[in-house]
Amino acid sequence: MGNDYVPPRVPTIDEVGATERAKRFSSRSLKKSSKVAGLKLIASMVDLTTLEGADTPGKVETLCQKARQPDLQAPDVPSVGAVCVYPPMVPIAKRCLEGSGIKIAAVATYFPSGQADLDHRLVEVRETVKAGADEIDMVINRGDFLSGRYGRVFDEVEAVKEACGSARLKVILETGELKTYDNVRLASQIAIDAGADFIKTSTGKVQPAATMPVTLVMLETIRDHYLKTGKMVGMKPAGGIRTAKLALRYLAMVKEVLGDAWLSNEWFRFGASSLLNDLLMQLAKERSGNYQSSRYFTLG
Amino acid sequence: MAPGPRPLRCTSKDTPVTAKKTTKSKKTTKPPGSDTPHALLYGDLWDYAPAPESTGHTRFEKKYGHFIGGEFVAGKDHFKSINPATEEPIAEFASADAAMVDKAVKAARKAHKVWGKMRGSERAKYLFRIARMIQERSRELAVLESMDGGKPIRESRDVDIPLVAAHFFHYAGWADKLEYAFPGARVSSVGVAGQIIPWNFPLLMAAWKIAPALATGNTVVLKPAETTPLTAMKLAEIIAEAGLPPGVVNIVNGAGKTGAAIVDHPDIDKIAFTGSTDVGKIIQRAIAGTGKRLTLELGGKGANIIFADAAIDQAVEGIINGIFFNQGHVCCAGSRLLVQESVHDEVVAKLKLRIESLIVGDPLDKNTDIGAINSKEQLGRIKALVDAGASEGATMHQSSCALPDRGYFFRPTFFTGVSQSHRIAQEEIFGPVLSVLTFRTPDEAVAKANNTPYGLSAGVWTDKGSRLFEMAGALRAGVIWGNTFNKFDPTSPFGGYKESGFGREGGRQGLLPYLEVR
Repeated sequence: MGNDYVPPRVPTIDEVGATERAKRFSSRSLKKSSKVAGLKLIASMVDLTTLEGADTPGKVETLCQKARQPDLQAPDVPSVGAVCVYPPMVPIAKRCLEGSGIKIAAVATYFPSGQADLDHRLVEVRETVKAGADEIDMVINRGDFLSGRYGRVFDEVEAVKEACGSARLKVILETGELKTYDNVRLASQIAIDAGADFIKTSTGKVQPAATMPVTLVMLETIRDHYLKTGKMVGMKPAGGIRTAKLALRYLAMVKEVLGDAWLSNEWFRFGASSLLNDLLMQLAKERSGNYQSSRYFTLG
Repeated sequence: MAPGPRPLRCTSKDTPVTAKKTTKSKKTTKPPGSDTPHALLYGDLWDYAPAPESTGHTRFEKKYGHFIGGEFVAGKDHFKSINPATEEPIAEFASADAAMVDKAVKAARKAHKVWGKMRGSERAKYLFRIARMIQERSRELAVLESMDGGKPIRESRDVDIPLVAAHFFHYAGWADKLEYAFPGARVSSVGVAGQIIPWNFPLLMAAWKIAPALATGNTVVLKPAETTPLTAMKLAEIIAEAGLPPGVVNIVNGAGKTGAAIVDHPDIDKIAFTGSTDVGKIIQRAIAGTGKRLTLELGGKGANIIFADAAIDQAVEGIINGIFFNQGHVCCAGSRLLVQESVHDEVVAKLKLRIESLIVGDPLDKNTDIGAINSKEQLGRIKALVDAGASEGATMHQSSCALPDRGYFFRPTFFTGVSQSHRIAQEEIFGPVLSVLTFRTPDEAVAKANNTPYGLSAGVWTDKGSRLFEMAGALRAGVIWGNTFNKFDPTSPFGGYKESGFGREGGRQGLLPYLEVR
């Protein structure tokens, strides 16, 4: 396909307008019952993540236990949506999460740079799926995108999707490197056209990671694609969402842009690690009326 | 796929609903007016709990007279101001007759002897003080503005009151720089200004009138609208507390008769009026030959022009903001949407979707996007024009939202298939009602946009910078927004062409109507 590829026509994005619209969701007042329900929903949407060079089996086991039971004091807090790890940790996560229903997501395709031969990247994907990953978080090759080789980006996503087999594919655009909202919109559409089940903002290794305007542009791409084709695509902002307050704003944005159908962990995820304990802290505050010390919340 | 974690149901109902089920159900319960094959459902799976702003901290009297010569004076013939969201009276206000207006003008004339001669830097101190006091009381003022006028607290809190303070700050800065504003000329104040303001931005319009008049050394007699006089009385309190010399600002309450008494008073030097074009014409006739100066800021039927190359999602937000901001009670509202034919269907589909997620209801709820229509009379006028639109053959699209049982509310509405000769394309509706028209070429867009007796505002949406400037030059309107709409700033002059009035408010230009330039 390579050279003949015609990139999709996407609407242009006005940066000032998109930023202003995203800001509107920050002025929603989410209190009391909607806050509690929202926080629990967000907890169920968390892709609890550890992506460090220093990851060990012990660290992943701890994370998985946290994922199953985020708060010992509050059994009504749901387990998280998925645990997100490097490929070599997948067998450990699989053992720890057996029977929990929690998905195993793995970052494959030479995360976080994506700078490797497609063949090597595909091998990594196949091995990771074979090891038990339910979801693959791939990175696109931003070099290809920024140099205008959109056909290569499309082909790469399409090939990875095929290699995923039954695993769901999340495509990381690394929006912090794409810079403009026009690029974000185009990359989102290419990824969706090539078969992405989810589109995701960032690896978490590049700043800025997820922002509200970037997520808005991606949600609008998903919305327009759904209205045109009837195909739902999921969304995962990742990196930089550390507080419950900010996560609630994202949730309001999903509600108002995509509607109720996306308000589940099947279609929306937060890529985060420290967010979960802030959610638990806010929920504890709603229960008791007081903020608890962080020492009452277990490390993940 | 393996069974995943159980999706969470977030409303109080018992049965868990999966995302897939929701997808299916939304196809059967399509919002009215939606004809896309795959509709989105903006439902109550996760709802915003009511978040009303508290009113306990507000203080106001049950009965108000007038504010004359630095004091609150009793009046007669009281009328009630109604909270349009509850239909309950808030407070009673007196009606000033000609004698009362005369008292106010005399107080203003007397005060002008002091105020007109005061150094600009001294006048500035008072204006800065008023601005700061407004900021300090912004929460109370915002709540009262929403109670009395029906506008959502989000707007009175984030737009109205901050702009009120900003206007006083801006003109405080000009007070000692008037000779630099008009280089080579000598400037002096005009005298006593009679100012009559509308109900759509009660306190903001008061600020637009009072701040430049005071900065330039004039004294004023101001009449707020009879449906929204509450915050003007609070402003009077602030002015009294700021220690402004008695009589510099006088505020008289009342309806049309009181306004006429101000217009007809022989010792007033200048009239500034913001309101309907009909009343503006009456005022202009009344003062012809009297030597009184006049500025008018009247109605509008703003064209919001969307070119095919525009950033459509942001343009849709601009359209929403252009017509539904303050329930459409905006003289510069983008009430005529001109869409290039090639993107008409796309824009209309997106508008239909977008009005479904607007939250209509209690103005004091922090999540409300569209509050109450200002008065029963205005609601009646809106309904009459909407009926006219339907009977003239335009297609109506309305949000399916529920409206509160009490109060004056109207659903966000737009008409497609509107042509220039429809009443809803020509007459100002002053409500949350948009008329959608189409055009083929830039020339046609300009011709249609200018084909109106009004000329207050216009918006242009295009990705092409050169076209933006070309259009701005060709449109006969006082305010033209590029890729945005309804943005206000005290540094920017505001005013109309044609039957939208004359004179400018805001910025350096806003000083001119209140100055003699020699």
